[in-house]
Amino acid sequence: MSAGYNFAYLDEQTKRMIRRAILKGIAIPGHQVPFGSREMPLPYGWGTGGIQVTAAVLGPDDVLKVIDQGADDTTNAVSIRRFFARTAGVRTTTRTGEATIIQTRHRIPETALREDQVIVYQVPQPEPMSRLEPSRAETKRMHALAEYGPMHVKLYEDITRFGHVATSYDFPVMVNERYLMSPSPIPAFDNPKLDRMPALQLFGAGREKRIYAIPPYTAVRSLDFEDHPFQPRRATADCALCGASESYLDEVVTDDRGTRMFVCSDTDFCEGRRGE
Amino acid sequence: MSEQAMLTASGLGLQFGPVTALDDVGVELWPGEVLAIVGESGSGKTTLLNVLAGRVKPDTGRIEYRDPAGGAHDLLAMGAPALRALHRSDWGFVQQNPRDALRMRVSAGGNVGERLMAAGARHYGSIREIAADWLAQVEIDPARMDDLPATFSGGMLQRLQIARTLVTHPRLVFMDEPTGGLDVSVQARLLDLIRTLVARLGIAVVLVTHDIAVARLLAGRMVVMQRGRVVETGLTDQVLEDPQHPYTQLLVSSVLQA
Repeated sequence: MSAGYNFAYLDEQTKRMIRRAILKGIAIPGHQVPFGSREMPLPYGWGTGGIQVTAAVLGPDDVLKVIDQGADDTTNAVSIRRFFARTAGVRTTTRTGEATIIQTRHRIPETALREDQVIVYQVPQPEPMSRLEPSRAETKRMHALAEYGPMHVKLYEDITRFGHVATSYDFPVMVNERYLMSPSPIPAFDNPKLDRMPALQLFGAGREKRIYAIPPYTAVRSLDFEDHPFQPRRATADCALCGASESYLDEVVTDDRGTRMFVCSDTDFCEGRRGE
Repeated sequence: MSEQAMLTASGLGLQFGPVTALDDVGVELWPGEVLAIVGESGSGKTTLLNVLAGRVKPDTGRIEYRDPAGGAHDLLAMGAPALRALHRSDWGFVQQNPRDALRMRVSAGGNVGERLMAAGARHYGSIREIAADWLAQVEIDPARMDDLPATFSGGMLQRLQIARTLVTHPRLVFMDEPTGGLDVSVQARLLDLIRTLVARLGIAVVLVTHDIAVARLLAGRMVVMQRGRVVETGLTDQVLEDPQHPYTQLLVSSVLQA
């Protein structure tokens, strides 16, 4: 642990402020709570919201895992993991099962999470209706009155134009049958994992200065129509490395002549399967 | 006509700084009737419409709305959620410029369906069916259902707005110059359409217009406004045939010569 930094980089008062926002978020599942987002030593869009939430809930005994699009070995994941190893001195891991806190960008691990784990999502745009209604004051009013008709207009347009709902990530969900929520840009494939998850789910948006949460075992429903039910999508292939047929796959281009392969986006899951 | 007024306003007053927009205005509207508010521009017509629809709060006065069950609601004491619910279901508002009301990046069918979805419809097939039916009723070819409103003409846009407003079967529709900005032949068709729909569905309408001809064609009763005051009110035919107030006489004579 480097000298000169407070534990987990942020000062204690800031962490208390963030914890208050988190507690409020847990008390009102899916509701966006404003918080005083701080400048962090990485640019907006790289996970400033997630890193602040992680800093606020991290303790000396925690084991931290950071993933970026499912992978443990990309720049973003490696830097954030090293950041907390240096400023908090916590143990880090790439094993989903060993971690107590998992900070993630755009994926939920394939391995089912447990009650003693916390998953922290990095959120670029917390407002699910931002593309339909530009005014923040108006979307707040719509949340307050639970007026979510316009969100269905978006789904209607998708079905009309493409025959199915073409939103494949950041697919809007209804939390506890009350608040419409953006699940952050996770693939729609991961949406069913949000529902009644035993782990606590926290969402941090640094630039937009919002925190929200889903307490354990909370009902989360993806929006759909009665005659067009929600369908999670994945590439119709098996993982080229481990052969998994149920995991979410990345398409990797391997040369400039169009050769490609599908591999698990969750690197820990894939390595675990190959190690067996 | 039933025995109780649906919308009763009395003593409405509103100042915009030094300008008096409304001065002791009273209006009554019965179920199924079309009431026209006429007057020159700046006379407070649109302001009165916005006040009656609960969009603008007056400084003084009272507005009472009677729901189908007969319960009376004080519009000015009503909370925002109840008022918005009323605007989504029982009421409708047709704007002068359809571009203000429509979502221009959403297909015509989606625009009509939005009010249904806001009211809780969650079956794609039946939403489409109802939307297609309403487009046919306002004389838009249902084959153009999936086209963007940006590809529609001005008259079609206004008809689309009317379909979108009427799809939830409101009892009361506020219209602000629905034929403004359209050329004369299109106006005539639109007026004919509004008249037919309103008569068939038994909708009450508060219609703002500066065009006496529109009021004559659509409205049963009319209110004439000048500088924020109601100067004359009565049956349309009566007011137009035998205007009492000098301002109404001027208004009627200027139009009839044309």
